[in-house]
Amino acid sequence: MSSHSMLEITGLHVEFGGLHALNNLDFTVEEGEIVAVIGPNGAGKTTFFNVVSGMMKPTEGQLFFEGRSLLGLDPNKITARGIARTFQNVRLFNNMTVLENVMVSQHCRTRQRMLDALLQTRRFRTEEALVRDRGKEVLGFFGTRLTGYRFDQPASVLSYANRRRLEIARAMATSPKLILLDEPVAGMNPVESAELTQLIGKLRDEMGYTIVLIEHDMSVVRDISDRVVVLDHGEAIARGTYAEVSANPQVIEAYLGQTTDGN
Amino acid sequence: MTETGYFPATQGATEAPAPRRRLLDQDWPKLLRAGAILAVGQVFIALSGMPVTFDRRLLIDPILSLGYLSLLWLPLVVSYWVGREQVLEGMTAYAKGGRDVLAGAMTALLGNAGLALLVVGITHFDIRDPLVNWSPQLLGILEFEESVWLGALIWPAIGAGTGALGGGLHWASSRISRTTVIVLLSVFGAAVLESVITDLTQGFHIEAVSEWLYGPKRGLTYPAAIVVAVAVVGVMTGLAAYRASPARDERAARGEGAATSGGSDTTRPAWRRMPTRRLVNLVLTVAAIVVLPLFLGRLTNELLANVGLFILLALGLNIIVGLAGILDLGYVAFFAVGGYSVAVLTSPGSPRFDPEIPWFGALFVAMLLAGLAGLFIGAPVIRMRGDYLAIVTLGFGEIIRVLLLSDWLSGTFNGAQGITNIPGVEVFGLATVRGFEPRSVLYLVLVFCAIAVYVSWRLENSRIGRAWMAIREDESVAEAMGVDTVSAKLMAFVTGAVLGSFSGAILSAKVGSVFPHSFAIIVSIVILVVVIFGGMGNIPGVIAGAVVLIGILGGPNQPGLLQEFAEYKILIYGALLVWMMIQRSEGLIPSVRRARELHIDEMNQDAWLRAQAAADDAHNGGGNRGGGRP
Repeated sequence: MSSHSMLEITGLHVEFGGLHALNNLDFTVEEGEIVAVIGPNGAGKTTFFNVVSGMMKPTEGQLFFEGRSLLGLDPNKITARGIARTFQNVRLFNNMTVLENVMVSQHCRTRQRMLDALLQTRRFRTEEALVRDRGKEVLGFFGTRLTGYRFDQPASVLSYANRRRLEIARAMATSPKLILLDEPVAGMNPVESAELTQLIGKLRDEMGYTIVLIEHDMSVVRDISDRVVVLDHGEAIARGTYAEVSANPQVIEAYLGQTTDGN
Repeated sequence: MTETGYFPATQGATEAPAPRRRLLDQDWPKLLRAGAILAVGQVFIALSGMPVTFDRRLLIDPILSLGYLSLLWLPLVVSYWVGREQVLEGMTAYAKGGRDVLAGAMTALLGNAGLALLVVGITHFDIRDPLVNWSPQLLGILEFEESVWLGALIWPAIGAGTGALGGGLHWASSRISRTTVIVLLSVFGAAVLESVITDLTQGFHIEAVSEWLYGPKRGLTYPAAIVVAVAVVGVMTGLAAYRASPARDERAARGEGAATSGGSDTTRPAWRRMPTRRLVNLVLTVAAIVVLPLFLGRLTNELLANVGLFILLALGLNIIVGLAGILDLGYVAFFAVGGYSVAVLTSPGSPRFDPEIPWFGALFVAMLLAGLAGLFIGAPVIRMRGDYLAIVTLGFGEIIRVLLLSDWLSGTFNGAQGITNIPGVEVFGLATVRGFEPRSVLYLVLVFCAIAVYVSWRLENSRIGRAWMAIREDESVAEAMGVDTVSAKLMAFVTGAVLGSFSGAILSAKVGSVFPHSFAIIVSIVILVVVIFGGMGNIPGVIAGAVVLIGILGGPNQPGLLQEFAEYKILIYGALLVWMMIQRSEGLIPSVRRARELHIDEMNQDAWLRAQAAADDAHNGGGNRGGGRP
């Protein structure tokens, strides 16, 4: 078990009709790490997430999660293995309540059958209570923002920042080992963003999740990431700590450029 | 922190009175446009033949027939619509007044000028060839059996009158206009529900009431209409007084206390979690439904049994379309499987399967077969999405009908001759349900409706129900969140199919015969319209949709309350659907669950905010206003 990394990706290719969205990408994540994936628009970051979460099939390459291949698995099976994700353009179940959103994502951790629901068996009732409590627990991670009267509100009435938080809570509710966060602080104000950055740290330190995140906000990347991988045109052009990467001339040329000058 | 910080005073308390506009300060293009639309609508209604067909049915004896009503309602609606103005923030809200009456009157006058032109047109030209209803009968109705000139002049005048009423509804206080609308609808309802009310009074042995209410030609008598109107006004005034009284607030407060005491302790069975007041209401409703058929006559029982069959179908389709979001246009297939399974297995007239088995045994087989059909139809289409899926299901629905009709399988299904001689249902030696005893059929239908409601209700609030809703919301995200979408969608198909087969099985026993043409595509469409009209994904909504549409207009092969409408049923279905999609796409009864939750939320939110404020005060002496707000 300890001989391999949590996530090992080798030689990953994704082609869309001649366009290389990902080109010969190697990527490893160790247990307990926070890895940031950065790169300019169109670099293939979200494609990378789509492949890992099974929503897109790679043209070539190998993916191993805890030593077992993920190739050919449906997204729900990958979630069951322990990889959860959020979406860049928040995709909540808008007409379901906040609590239902985090209840439904425990689907692959629950076992009740339709007959249990129809007959109201003890198994059904205890499991429903567990699912509900677990849902409230994950929502409680974000303080009082998603709790109390919010439980029974449709997700669509939440503020933008709260919708982003609920996306993370929904991913947490799947009881994952690895969470993929796609631009978790996009659209948040600096205060909210700093607070969420702290929470992401807590996700790792207290909840024990391993985290890979895509982020454009460099202050967030600097504050929480153990390692940074820079993608450009589907290739990893640099890896290392934030300090190393931000000093890399290739990265500066491709992407960071002026933004780090101030630092 | 004081409470006012959290609850700012409502705006508008000190607003100046809204300005008034001059009489002729009209939005002329809008009036012209509405008038033209109304003219087209009126001419269309006239030429569709409704006035002629409906003229046989009196609503108020002897002045108003349904035929004339068909030409009166549209001017009222359009002239009311013309006066509607959306006032957004920052726009000036004008006071309503004579200007709106004039606007309504002019719109409807213009619109009915279309009818006047039609009168003149019919007298001078004859184009009965393409337009069947371009006829002397129509002319006779339009000119009140008098003269062309009377007809051509009186319609614009009638338009002006109804239009003034429609526009005036804006002018009057909201209470008066609401009362007017409700009185009009009640009188219409009382007139239209003649057969049911007569049936009911016979059940309670007070035939005298209905004899007094209705004239020989089924319309309300003149005095009866007035009495109904006065009674409605009385009831409404009484209700308004009750609402205003402080006693009600107290009761409401107590009621809310009961409503929230249910808690979320899910380890208790569902019925024990329900607040007592709702439980009492539920028990009373069920008791009423159980007792009522005893007092109803054949006609109403028959009607309700038909409604029940469609409630069953609609609840089944609701699981597929409303909960899982799979647009299934071939739902009739499952209805057919249920109907034919029972027919083949129980009828001595069926060509194959000679040892006939009792209905309940056949029902079991029907359920299995329908479940299998659900799997077979579901499996190939399950990986498709949206339009493609809908088109393929449409095809499958037709395939089943064509198979039933085919020579190839006529050894089993008897082709176009169908299967007849299907016996009734023997209920464990206690009773027999047969088609010519509508009351027994209704009870059988009610039992299965109860089962369907229970199944829908329990599944909606379970793991699979949440999975269905997630798929409806966003299928790929649902899959990424660990939902096995393929099996969940198949389960939706199977569950919906089994509920649909119940309906088919009862239909077989009720009618005593099945034919392939009873399962035409229009049945699928009607069920879908019922679901959409009532409110997708919402059990009370779906039931209300079936009661209103099937009960009043009738199903594809079943007469409704308004048998006069039979020819125009599909036209009205279409019009209602279009109107619904534009005006109220969430359905007749939008998810009540959500509505109630939202309402309770407001109160919970207030309570929560107060608690937060108190906590803040305790912490830092009222300095922090944040209070955990996002």
